Amino acid sequence: MCSRDQGRDHRAVPRTEPLSRSDLSRPVEGRLVAGVAAGIADCFGLDTNVVRCGFVVLAVASGLGVVLYAVLWGLMPSAEPGTPRRSEGRTAEPIATVAFAAVVLGLLLAVRAIGLWPGDLIVWPLAAALVGLALLAMRTTGGADAAELPDWAILQRLPPDAADAVGVLVGTRRGALARLVAGTLCVAAGVGAFVISVDSWNALRGALVATVAVGVGLALVLGPGIMRLMHALVAERRERILADERAEVAAHLHDSVLQTLALVQRRADDPREVVRLARLQERELRSWLLGGDAPAANGAASLGAALEDAAAAVESELGVPVEVVRVRDCALAGNEPLLAAAREAMVNAAKHSGAASVAVYLEVEADHATVFVRDRGKGFDPATVSPDRRGISNSIVGRMTRAGGRAEVRSAIGDGTEIELVLPQTQEVSS
Amino acid sequence: MNARVFLVDDHHLFLSGVRAELGDDVDVVGAASEVDAAISMIRERRPDVVLVDVHMPAGGGARVISEVHATDPDVQFLAISVSDAPEDVIATIRAGARGYVTKTIAPAELLDAIGRVCAGDAVFSPRLAGFVLDAFADAAPPATDPELEQLTPREREVLRLIARGYTYKEVARELGIGTKTVETHVSSVLRKLQLSSRHQLARWASDRRLI
Repeated sequence: MCSRDQGRDHRAVPRTEPLSRSDLSRPVEGRLVAGVAAGIADCFGLDTNVVRCGFVVLAVASGLGVVLYAVLWGLMPSAEPGTPRRSEGRTAEPIATVAFAAVVLGLLLAVRAIGLWPGDLIVWPLAAALVGLALLAMRTTGGADAAELPDWAILQRLPPDAADAVGVLVGTRRGALARLVAGTLCVAAGVGAFVISVDSWNALRGALVATVAVGVGLALVLGPGIMRLMHALVAERRERILADERAEVAAHLHDSVLQTLALVQRRADDPREVVRLARLQERELRSWLLGGDAPAANGAASLGAALEDAAAAVESELGVPVEVVRVRDCALAGNEPLLAAAREAMVNAAKHSGAASVAVYLEVEADHATVFVRDRGKGFDPATVSPDRRGISNSIVGRMTRAGGRAEVRSAIGDGTEIELVLPQTQEVSS
Repeated sequence: MNARVFLVDDHHLFLSGVRAELGDDVDVVGAASEVDAAISMIRERRPDVVLVDVHMPAGGGARVISEVHATDPDVQFLAISVSDAPEDVIATIRAGARGYVTKTIAPAELLDAIGRVCAGDAVFSPRLAGFVLDAFADAAPPATDPELEQLTPREREVLRLIARGYTYKEVARELGIGTKTVETHVSSVLRKLQLSSRHQLARWASDRRLI
């Protein structure tokens, strides 16, 4: 996500690195007087006409503009002839423009406070009119704008100039219409205020009207651009999240499901193997879809998840489906004997019972955890188990007894087997 | 007389597979792979049992069930799905399905389940029984109808045995009761599942994804 965002950021946020003398230079091209305004505009990402207006306003107000211009003329070196202007193909930065306007306004208020002031009724309307002119003159063309023409069939058939004009009129060109209207309003308000206030109207009111006009004009001009930028960022972010998700899903399916399907095709002659592969893949995909088995409350692995893993291992090793049903869960810590005994019971059932499937049930209650492992296989008579079949008595019953729990084996010839394992719990239950 | 069965699944491979599996033991009166088509076809053909997939575009099985139930309450639904996500299963049951089985079910068991649903009974797979036990685990909240909000000890026993992999018949033998009584208990649990207002039921389902 970084690279694209940064690409946007450097346009939206004014540059903050310290300036060197070469940053602030008077370009050769585009000079009106000495290129001071153009140089400042280039350096701070402003529109040259906006800067010029600032100087003119300050000049009219007190002559400060002329003084400033002269000083800067002396201080700013002339750029090497032939170096391209940095503002080439760049549009003015809204934030920088606002900042510049604030600086000019601050200077105006400063000279007004000092007293070098021809009068409110001259300066404010003139300032408003000049701001309006600057808005009207601001760059509206540039590389980025061309792409923003609406995708209408009719525009394709118009000559490029006409299409541009339509684009400006319907306001899709970076708020060009809004800028046009706002600029015109500012000029009209400034001129109107001047005319009215010269006619002995209350000078304060004239100033107020002009100031409000400036404020509204600025809001109108900058608003759409900022909104557009925010919308673009939100849309881009959403798209990126979607794309990332899709890529992750694709990667996962590729690594798991597609591989298994390929294997299935190659092993088509071995139904047992195909079923095993399918079950294995199903289990894996299912756990992935459900977000995996998150750890239990205390961050450790859960008994239920471990039991599922054991079932999957038995299933893939012995080719007998093992279904696990869980009611609540708890941490694995302290329950290792229960897990080991349950695994042994599953292996026994899958290996010896001849049943088509094995059912495992885990229920965790406040003071104990119970696991049932059941098959509908051939069963056996517990009384006649030969002593050499140590599996059940040792690994299951013995293990559970040593851990402080109990195990019970119920089986009858032809009726399947069910092993019940109970282990007292001290830890918290999680659902 | 064979049960008249209608199939709804957006997976064509599965549709033809089930059709072949069921064979001549039921009359498959139709199949649909879209929710809207399914609703109108079911209303028209009025099957006894509809095998409905949980996951489909445009509302899924739950929408088929609730819309058909609004006009034809006699049609019974059996949800069949590869999904084990508890919220999907519970939502489908609450929409009105009489039971839930997974697509890996053996043909004989599927036929058995269809017959049971056709007779108006409920079909609980071990997994569904586990979900229900989980959902009704904690103490009931103060509710308008406390009877609906809790399982009786007997119902819990029955569900536990089903979750352990017992068939209804085996449950009956284990508890020393008749198969019909087991069916009554299961139907009563189904009713509670569908009518219970306990908000935990919904919250529980969504929480499951987060833990």
